[in-house]
Amino acid sequence: MVRLEGIRKIFKKGTVDEKVALNGLDLHIRNGDFITVIGSNGAGKSTMLNIISGTYSPDEGEIHIDGDRVTQLPEHRRAKYLGRIFQDPLMGTAGSMSIEENLAMADLRGRRRGLGWGVNKERRDYYHKILKDLDLGLENRLKDSVSLLSGGQRQSLTLLMATLSMPKLLLLDEHTAALDPKTADLVMGLTQRIVHENNLTTVMVTHNMTQAIKYGNVMIMLHEGRLKFDVEGQAKQALTVEEVVKRFGADLKDEALLC
Amino acid sequence: MILSNFLRTIPVSLEQGLAYALVALGIVITFRVLSFPDLTVDGSFPLGAAVTARLVTLNVDPLLSILAAVLAGFLAGCTTGLLYTRLKINSLLSGILMMTILYSVNLRIMGRSNIQLLTVDTFLTPLENMDMNRFIPMIIFFFIVAFAFKFMTDLYLHTQMGLAMRATGDNEQMIRTLGVNTDNMTVLGLGISNAFVALSGSLVAQDQGFADVGMGIGMIVIGLASIIIGESMVGVRSGKKTVMRLTLAAIVGSIIYKWIIAMGLRAGLAPTDLKMATGVMVIVALGVPALKGSKEGKLHLRGA
Repeated sequence: MVRLEGIRKIFKKGTVDEKVALNGLDLHIRNGDFITVIGSNGAGKSTMLNIISGTYSPDEGEIHIDGDRVTQLPEHRRAKYLGRIFQDPLMGTAGSMSIEENLAMADLRGRRRGLGWGVNKERRDYYHKILKDLDLGLENRLKDSVSLLSGGQRQSLTLLMATLSMPKLLLLDEHTAALDPKTADLVMGLTQRIVHENNLTTVMVTHNMTQAIKYGNVMIMLHEGRLKFDVEGQAKQALTVEEVVKRFGADLKDEALLC
Repeated sequence: MILSNFLRTIPVSLEQGLAYALVALGIVITFRVLSFPDLTVDGSFPLGAAVTARLVTLNVDPLLSILAAVLAGFLAGCTTGLLYTRLKINSLLSGILMMTILYSVNLRIMGRSNIQLLTVDTFLTPLENMDMNRFIPMIIFFFIVAFAFKFMTDLYLHTQMGLAMRATGDNEQMIRTLGVNTDNMTVLGLGISNAFVALSGSLVAQDQGFADVGMGIGMIVIGLASIIIGESMVGVRSGKKTVMRLTLAAIVGSIIYKWIIAMGLRAGLAPTDLKMATGVMVIVALGVPALKGSKEGKLHLRGA
């Protein structure tokens, strides 16, 4: 479904600060996969997501989505394929706008925006319903400005927005890392539910090894811009944090991984 | 004595405030909606005046001359937007460049530094000739214009495209991932904003009976002072920053600003010190929250 081939990305090329973020990365994401991605800081996890979404274009390599070559397609033109959630809860929503306005914008992902009403009655009823399912008490606050919500509420709303128009691929960039543990669990549970119910193809970058093992059908590890290790299915289910640390401890200096 | 002074300043403040309200409305679109510090205003205001003045003295239909002014303002704003989005020139500098270029353009359009319009028929001439105190038809006319544009702006900013424009100013990264070309939104928003400003320039020139190449100096500061005053009157705080309140604040603020200035002049403020007084007003309004250590009221701007 999504195929990355020989992706190389170098930042500040030709300067003393040159940094090879991705060094010949190959990755094949199949329909319905839920891939978790681990790796220490600087392994290229976020760069990989930025390459898939088109925030950066690669120096070398090709990206295909559903057989279409999208390597040079700018970010806003890939939107119809992708839903993305960032670590910072503030990044996924427009704070000065209302909950229903945010949902309405997500509703039109990748489509032409005209002079029709931004929020219409029929969709408003639908937003009410899906927010009610979310069970965060947001369904009666449709007209409230998003800046009034907590971090967890904003991230849950972002999740709903990212999945509203059924993207081909959902990208989660450490989307629970900035939340307190209880809220993080809540948002992660919600993620699992939404991904499962809609059979969404998902790539989730995480610092939390337990999370990486517990969720998804494939786990991959990036190291120095390459795929170091991948495991799926039964073998992944049987994996333990201790085992991964024992095998790759030297490459996983990050203490956050050990939790 | 004090009371009559106070009352006498009201009609003129209403007339001028409503005539300049479109400038404040334009600045709301750039500074508040798009979070773009657009300084083109100082050039697009006299641009509107210059286009209309030149055309009516050439006996072009007055309404057509106003439409031409609006179009000229729109194009000037779009050009600033293109400098920023296509040529990646810093947002403040893009506006300053355009403002400077427009100074020459305005002189070219007028052929000299000012044109008087007292002896030619303008769009406002029928109102001037009515058999009553001239303030009455003028205030009614500018009231209708200001609120008509306020409501159109409110409506537009609640359309699908309008939501995308607001999100461009609020969270550019997010709306781009939702498939909006934020560069186009920025260019369009700057165009609309400067079209409003040029319309205001056109109408003000017809109202006061002349267009002058220097009439736009400090316009951005006047507009900012107006919206800051308006927002404190209307009560625009985070969480309550609805579009309707922002646009209402522009109109209310513009009137109150003109009234403060009129009172100041009556109290003995020298007309030459007006721009300094306005500047200090803006500095105080923007600076006090910072001194108090509060983040509230701080302008969040892109590319500055």
